[in-house]
Amino acid sequence: MNRGRIGVAVFVAIVVLGPLFLPEGIITMLNYTGLYGLVAIGLALVTGIGGMTSFGQAAFVGIGAYATAYLSTAAGWSPWAALVVGIVVTCATALLLGALTLRLAGHYLPLSTIAWGLSLYFLAGNMEFLGGHSGLSNLPVVQLAGFAFDDPRKFSYLIWAFVLLAIWLLRNLLASREGRAIRCLKGGKVMAESMGVNIPRSKIVVFVISALLASVSGWLYAHLQRFVNPTPFGLNYGIEYLFMAVIGGAGYVWGALLGAGIITVIREWLTDVLPGLLGQSGSFEVIFLSILTIVLLQRAPEGLWPFIAGRFAAKGDGKKAGVPVEDKAMPLPKRSAEAAGTMLLEVKQATKRFGGLVAVGGVSLEVKAGEILALLGPNGAGKSTMFNLVSGVLPLTSGSVSFLGKPIDGLRAHDIAKLGMSRTFQHVKLLPNLSVLENVAIGGHLRGSAGIGRSALHLERAEEASLLAEAYRQLDRVGLGQLKHVPAGGLSLGDQRILEIARALCADPSLLLLDEPAAGLRLKEKEALAALLRKLRAEGMGVLLVEHDMDFVMGLVDRIVVMEFGQKIAEGLPHEIQENPAVLEAYLGSVE
Amino acid sequence: MDFSIAAFLVQDGLISGAVYALLGVAIVLVFSVTRVIFVPQGEFVAFSALTMAALQAGKTPGTLWLLLMASAVACMLELVGSFKTGDKSRAVRALLVYAVAPAALAAVMLWVLPPQLPMLVQALIALLLVVPLGPLLYRIVYQPVAHGSVLVLLIISVALHLALTSFGLLVFGAEGSRTPTFSDERWQVGPLSITGQSVWVIGASVVAIALLAWFFTYTFRGKALKATSVNRVGAELMAISPTGAGSLAFTLAAAIGGLSGLLIGPINTMFYDTGFMIGLKGFVAAIVGGLVSYPLAALGALLVGLLESFSSFWASSYKEFAVFTLILPVLLWRSLRTHQIEEDEE
Repeated sequence: MNRGRIGVAVFVAIVVLGPLFLPEGIITMLNYTGLYGLVAIGLALVTGIGGMTSFGQAAFVGIGAYATAYLSTAAGWSPWAALVVGIVVTCATALLLGALTLRLAGHYLPLSTIAWGLSLYFLAGNMEFLGGHSGLSNLPVVQLAGFAFDDPRKFSYLIWAFVLLAIWLLRNLLASREGRAIRCLKGGKVMAESMGVNIPRSKIVVFVISALLASVSGWLYAHLQRFVNPTPFGLNYGIEYLFMAVIGGAGYVWGALLGAGIITVIREWLTDVLPGLLGQSGSFEVIFLSILTIVLLQRAPEGLWPFIAGRFAAKGDGKKAGVPVEDKAMPLPKRSAEAAGTMLLEVKQATKRFGGLVAVGGVSLEVKAGEILALLGPNGAGKSTMFNLVSGVLPLTSGSVSFLGKPIDGLRAHDIAKLGMSRTFQHVKLLPNLSVLENVAIGGHLRGSAGIGRSALHLERAEEASLLAEAYRQLDRVGLGQLKHVPAGGLSLGDQRILEIARALCADPSLLLLDEPAAGLRLKEKEALAALLRKLRAEGMGVLLVEHDMDFVMGLVDRIVVMEFGQKIAEGLPHEIQENPAVLEAYLGSVE
Repeated sequence: MDFSIAAFLVQDGLISGAVYALLGVAIVLVFSVTRVIFVPQGEFVAFSALTMAALQAGKTPGTLWLLLMASAVACMLELVGSFKTGDKSRAVRALLVYAVAPAALAAVMLWVLPPQLPMLVQALIALLLVVPLGPLLYRIVYQPVAHGSVLVLLIISVALHLALTSFGLLVFGAEGSRTPTFSDERWQVGPLSITGQSVWVIGASVVAIALLAWFFTYTFRGKALKATSVNRVGAELMAISPTGAGSLAFTLAAAIGGLSGLLIGPINTMFYDTGFMIGLKGFVAAIVGGLVSYPLAALGALLVGLLESFSSFWASSYKEFAVFTLILPVLLWRSLRTHQIEEDEE
């Protein structure tokens, strides 16, 4: 049993046994830690892991609290039915707000969360039926199978049952196919889209989950206090939730809970001690907490959790116990290979303009199954732009692209990936903190089908095992099998490129786009790569390859297209290209 | 609603709009130069108005204590920095700028100045107390994390806003104040009654924006600032110090905030936390301009001002709700214009 598990066990023991003997004051703090923690955990998911900052969580807490406050008093509903309604209303609101704002770049989102956080707050304060600024009171006691949660001690069990359930579900979710897709939201969006992850959908999902947790927290809060008014759902609380997540460590589920605990305790302590110390009352605790947050962000932007987790981590060889790979896992279904000679990719007159600059001007090319086509050209010739046009990362200005006879221009990258096209990037794009194996498994995203629910409940373990086994198979195929548990950021650049090929292969594509795969490889590695590509070709895969290394290209590929200044200047067999005067001029200067 | 009410509401909206425009411009300026989304911009507004009110009541304004404290912290940071690098001249400069100058200011304020001063002098003193807060806060709070991500900077801004507001409550108290108007003139133009104060506000706002435009177009430092906002690394390679640019941007922001506070103080009752709401409206304006365009931000500010004054006529309790909901259609419009996969932030 590792120390992490022991830590969790001790913690669970405290929340289970604590209410039996701990003094009232500590129970109160424990309760508030749980309430705030639930929101902060959601924020860790959306902000720390998903990369989207939200100041508006308090508004979702408010929706949950007001839903039950209104329904269980004025309408006389059971609190449990009100919980369901609260969650539905919150999720609907989050969906609407998310659809409006989540597509916005970086800083617009947090600003808009401030704005709608304020809007919802002012709305609640002005609605007559919600009691205006004085709120609603006399909420009923929550009962479950005859047991009444009618005092803070008993209520503590209810709160912590929800918190621990949320942590369990979220940790399951993060260690799954959907979890990997979510981790791509921070720093790997373009890559993930090309691997078939629907990034806008993942964003909304994460946002809605965090809103849902906030709503549950609001429901708990309302029935603990048995009274609600708008104050706890204003912007200041939204900000405080974010501080909790940041102080604890926004990238970690447990860190968010830690942050909630720290702020609850510090605030309690400060409101008691500081005024006595300074001889006057005031909002010292806010000043103190704000300054603490500023200093912490200056010194430890990752939050406090990494320091604590470092203590709990198993000592020894220092290696992280990675995700296990099971040999017995069911193999994933494979796409049926296309017959050699089938037209895979057909690009006609592709054009891309950036303002006045024509990066690609009317280039046509085609790739058939069982053939390797090289795209050559000096730096700045437009090769990588061409790749981005084909894979849907950039939209075409004019022209057309079709794949397996189907027009794909205008489709989003993840839809194109679904059809059986996979790619690597000139500047490697991987998630440096995830293991090599997990990075490769992102490539298999479309070969799994488990959704958020099944992943969170860990009902998809068989599929997950198959995915990881497949990822390992591809990793082994490219020769990185023994590095599977190393963080991907620790690989050499050459190995990172190879990892990208394994990831692309993990998608089981019919067409493979490789952007400078041999750059940074040693001779032996290049030979191994060439052998692999020949084998893939023999299996009927089509390969489109951008490369500079002539020796590597000439002995390997079937046909070559040469680009210069965004135009196609030559096309033909390798030996024809070697003698083509236009190509020689482009590469070596004019031959007099 | 008849014409005279509409005209009155338009005038009211234009006055607030002019102040929001100033703030929107300051927010765009700070963001484009330092990538800081400067949430505490509104605090400068509230602090300068409250400082003015304190001066008129013959009290020592609490801003002085804030200034002294911030100077002391900055002085310490600079001294530690100069000790580490062994740079003696930096230590001397730090002592002069962050210790001697504020101490002298405090001494003059506390012991030399007579309690009753002409209004213009009071306004100058208020600015003298508020404007240095800009570069001081930059030095203490932002400079150590100048290379942090936009989000880290934003969270820091929010924390700073909370700290400043709570400090405001401490030194200014919870009760609001309103400063006397600069001018009590009134002109009747048809059914419209134009107040002298509104002319002051709109005039000062236009002059300030014109001055800024002149600064960015014709002066060397202004151009350097503009260069930094276009390309930070490029500007640094051209020997433009990003720290200097950041400091200057914050100074300008504080000056704009301080001026706005003086202008709006006689119109709105100011509390220690009023600044935030005013600042946020500047934000909504800035967002309308996409945080990059000054003219669009100014236009957005007028829109916000008009929306606010008309909605306060029709449904006054929903006034704030209306203003902050305005941002959603604007964001929708912006998100419809961006449809490709956004590149990841470095």
